[in-house]
Amino acid sequence: MEKRALFSSKILPYALLLPQLVITIIFFYLPASQAIWQSFLLEDAFGLSSEFVGFENYRHLFGQPEYYKAMVTTVVFSTSVAILSLSCALLLATQADKQLRGGEGYKTLLIWPYAVAPAIAGVLWIFMFHPTLGTLARPIKAMGIDWNPMLNGKHAMTLLVLSATWKQISYNFLFFLAGLQAIPKSVIEAAAIDGASPLRRFWTIIFPLLSPTTFFLIVVNIVYVFFDTFGIIDAVTGGGPAGQTTTLVYKVYADGRLGGDLGGSAAQSVILMIIVIALTAVQFRYIERKVQY
Amino acid sequence: MVESRRYRNILAYFTLTVGIVVVAFPVYLAILASTFDAATIINGNMPLLPGDQAGVNYPRALFSGGRMAREPVSMMMVNSFIMAVGIAVGKILISILSAFAVVYFSFPLRKTAFWVIFITLMLPIEVRIYPTYKIVADLGLLDTYTGLIMPLIASATGTLLFRQFFMTIPDELLEASKIDGAGPFRFFKDTLIPLSMTTIAALFVIQFIYGWNQYLWPLLITTKGSMQTIVIGIKKMITTQDALTEWQIAMTTAVLAMVPPVLVVVFMQRLFVKGLVETEK
Repeated sequence: MEKRALFSSKILPYALLLPQLVITIIFFYLPASQAIWQSFLLEDAFGLSSEFVGFENYRHLFGQPEYYKAMVTTVVFSTSVAILSLSCALLLATQADKQLRGGEGYKTLLIWPYAVAPAIAGVLWIFMFHPTLGTLARPIKAMGIDWNPMLNGKHAMTLLVLSATWKQISYNFLFFLAGLQAIPKSVIEAAAIDGASPLRRFWTIIFPLLSPTTFFLIVVNIVYVFFDTFGIIDAVTGGGPAGQTTTLVYKVYADGRLGGDLGGSAAQSVILMIIVIALTAVQFRYIERKVQY
Repeated sequence: MVESRRYRNILAYFTLTVGIVVVAFPVYLAILASTFDAATIINGNMPLLPGDQAGVNYPRALFSGGRMAREPVSMMMVNSFIMAVGIAVGKILISILSAFAVVYFSFPLRKTAFWVIFITLMLPIEVRIYPTYKIVADLGLLDTYTGLIMPLIASATGTLLFRQFFMTIPDELLEASKIDGAGPFRFFKDTLIPLSMTTIAALFVIQFIYGWNQYLWPLLITTKGSMQTIVIGIKKMITTQDALTEWQIAMTTAVLAMVPPVLVVVFMQRLFVKGLVETEK
């Protein structure tokens, strides 16, 4: 799609593009290409000299059991958050869609957590489930569970999943509600007159018609868990206990900063870039298909 | 529908109410904690109704800070505010200009320029964090607002949003301005900007929240306490040694950190929803 009427000028368009291009090149292309270049270098411990080592950093990375562990952690974390937050949001959105009085009020009361920073969300949840002073830790302990997310990896992961889900429900809710409201009411009414029960109407009509939204949200949620949850992890567990909640992104940070292993950290960055590009490509292909329908 | 409405409506109200309570509960606890003294919180039996220490905790957090992060929270809030507004305004400025160029001019490298910008959508700052850090350090921008803001502006969301919007503006408007003898600047200032006001406002709301909530980048590049943002400040107040954590101050700060972006979402809900839906398309 292009405009018919245009300005013609030799210099002006470049001048208009200049600020964005300069910022993009300095703060995007330069670092991204340096990450790729660095992933083929090995630096000595003082960062004084470096030599080209080819794929050595990658080979080393894939020889580390910790890297596979971080991969598994990332997959477990993102799947749990995606499933949990999508189903909670869908449940709430279907209920809010029922033309209730005060529908807009419900919307406001459910979407505000979007505005809470991930790190703050983490702080709120660690306070609530803190092993010694958490208000909700007491009932769990009363049930005879030795609740301690600071020492127990499973507990730590549960806490992370809950806080990340809490923050993401509002976003999913908003998109599901918009998707539901776009479904023509006549289709659903026709099914109702044919005697389909509400549950059946949901699974045979509403849910399939909602699938573009659902698919879009799955991709967005995975990207969210990959990157935006850094703040939650750093605030709640710091990747621990014993690295049991270290995701791929957290490992890039931890290896580069604490370990000083810049080559290895860069190699991890490159792998992450490939994963994100793949996810985005899937999303675009899907959107294009949707356009053709 | 054909079923009895009454029963289903009660179910809907019930589900939504439970949802709202669950969503609000962690924040309610934080607000509660900001009204007690340290001892009440530490013993693990915090009451579920507010105490009377808010008058102590808020002024202390705002003007003198906690034991661990010595800077007053009001200063951190100023930093967060400058960063959030800087990111929002910066992104709007550069992207409205580049979208104008890409949509309304024909020039040889138009497609290339668009793709060069477009690709940045794919890679969040988290994956290129250390090389970006090094560049910012080499430019001498550590512990500066410019260093905080610039790398986060380098993304295509705004450009795409404005491009999409400009595409919906009828060509006749440009033809009419041209007949009136308006050049690119006049058209931009008198036609495009006024028409884009809602889009600009929606993008501002989204980017303000995005900027206010940044964590990893400010964590890396701010070393001076005086440059800390509030989200970083809270993290520093909570230490691994429980005895040192002043939970009442930390939670007071958490409440203060949530207030600005939450107010923006609640009071500018229409713009917020518009911005969120359109930047994601």
